[in-house]
Amino acid sequence: MTATIEVSHLTKKFGGRTAVADVSFTVARGEIFGFLGPNGAGKTTTVRMLGTLVAPTSGSAVVAGVPLDRAGAAEIRRRVSVMPEAPGLYRRLTVRENLEFFARLYGLPDRDARIRRALESVGLSDRAQDPTGSLSKGLRQRTALARSLLTDPAVLFLDEPTSGLDPAASVEVLNLIADMRDKGTTVFLTTHRLDEAERLCDRVAIMNTSLRAVGKPGELRAQLFSRSLSVITAAPLNDPARVFLGLPGVREWTDASSGSRPAGYLLTVSDPALAAPAVTRALVAAEADVLFIGESRHTLEDVYLQLAGPTAKEER
Amino acid sequence: MMTRIGAVMLKELTEFRRNRLIVITAAVLPVVFLVSPTASILSLKATVLSSVLQNRVDAALFFPLLIPVFVPATMAAYSVAGEREQGTLEPVLTTPVSTVEFVAGKAAAIFLPAIGIAYLVFGVFVAIVQFGAAAAVATAVLNAPQLPAELVFIPLLAAWAIWVGLAISARTGEIRVAQQLSVLASLPPVAIAALLSFHVISPTFAVAAALAGGLFVIDGAACFLVARLFNREWLVAGGKAATG
Repeated sequence: MTATIEVSHLTKKFGGRTAVADVSFTVARGEIFGFLGPNGAGKTTTVRMLGTLVAPTSGSAVVAGVPLDRAGAAEIRRRVSVMPEAPGLYRRLTVRENLEFFARLYGLPDRDARIRRALESVGLSDRAQDPTGSLSKGLRQRTALARSLLTDPAVLFLDEPTSGLDPAASVEVLNLIADMRDKGTTVFLTTHRLDEAERLCDRVAIMNTSLRAVGKPGELRAQLFSRSLSVITAAPLNDPARVFLGLPGVREWTDASSGSRPAGYLLTVSDPALAAPAVTRALVAAEADVLFIGESRHTLEDVYLQLAGPTAKEER
Repeated sequence: MMTRIGAVMLKELTEFRRNRLIVITAAVLPVVFLVSPTASILSLKATVLSSVLQNRVDAALFFPLLIPVFVPATMAAYSVAGEREQGTLEPVLTTPVSTVEFVAGKAAAIFLPAIGIAYLVFGVFVAIVQFGAAAAVATAVLNAPQLPAELVFIPLLAAWAIWVGLAISARTGEIRVAQQLSVLASLPPVAIAALLSFHVISPTFAVAAALAGGLFVIDGAACFLVARLFNREWLVAGGKAATG
């Protein structure tokens, strides 16, 4: 794995308040890295540190191959692109004028061609002459994405890119982000929309001032939760303990329905593929009407709520 | 470097041109400061008492000096507070633009139109007076000792108003508050110019040159101080943690 971002013990304090505490992680080239956490978890501050807007109090980082320090700041800014939560467009300028301004700040050659390509990639070619103040929120977000694409950045930092968008606009933006990954751009995505993180991200970090976990969503699930089988029968079993206990691979069972109809049982198993046939046979032998049997899957939300702590639970 | 300063300047000028409040301020104030003194001078007859003539000329020549103060103060106040209001500071400050380039581009975009308007108003005033006023009155205006000093003071006052406006704008979140504070903070050097215009301080060449030199030094120092205020971390985070 070639790392595009390497963060080591990064800490940021504002006066007496610690916004980010001793955070370390790496992001591989070409991956979409999800940075999850509740409000005030330090996600935006981390992006601002890595984007050279805010100086770390301690710790170090290498971003796009350049050390994050005063000497490297200008070079990092040339290599990365940051799209903050608000699109940050000049409302009195047209879409094209906004992009033109940023292309000049980067000193880009072939400005016209780059702007044309960026607008095409977000589907805004026909709106180039519209003032951004007249655009919908979704179109403004797309304009901001086009601005981020102008430089072909090594790393693209996206801070809550779908915040405030309707579901259709969100899907459009997420598709554009997936396209960027396909083109080889490393994407650092902060979000607290777990569905989009699950859908897009190769790996996620869960953060609440300090880093709680980093890994692939599936790996985090496996680390946190034991595997289980969910069983639903039309009516409660007469003696569930006699049916389930002693079966190969089944460690324990719980009644998930408290005697209601249909009845539900959750079995903790070592391997669902091994346990499921034996459980099915036992249910048939007990003359139960089986409505469903399958592996119970924990979502990224379960992982997040488990790891992000009480703040996250209060927010949900 | 020049490309980035030029980019900031061009963007600022385009934004100003499309901002109704800025356009109205930049158009109405000069008209008021042109019409009032011009009417005052044109109404004078050739037989007017010399003391009355001098008072009118002093007042007439002072009014246009307010243009390089009020116009840039309004524009400069909008400059950073406007960026903050639109949420544009963060994306701009993550580009390779340096704070010096950013400040220089913004200052140039205000300085050029402000002094352009001020000199234009002065020129139009003098031209109208030469063609429309009684000969003795026209001569009195043209030979007023404070006239050349005031022409030197125009860019210096504009520069002061810009630095003060940018500094206040960098520390203020609300455009109107920034504008009001900027106009107030721009007044001290105008007071000196007024003392000169109304002969409280004798407008000799030496005095005018000394005052202009002093203001020039202060403008230079202000430029340095303002550039220091444009600290990325302060502009974006304001010393506070983000909510995300």
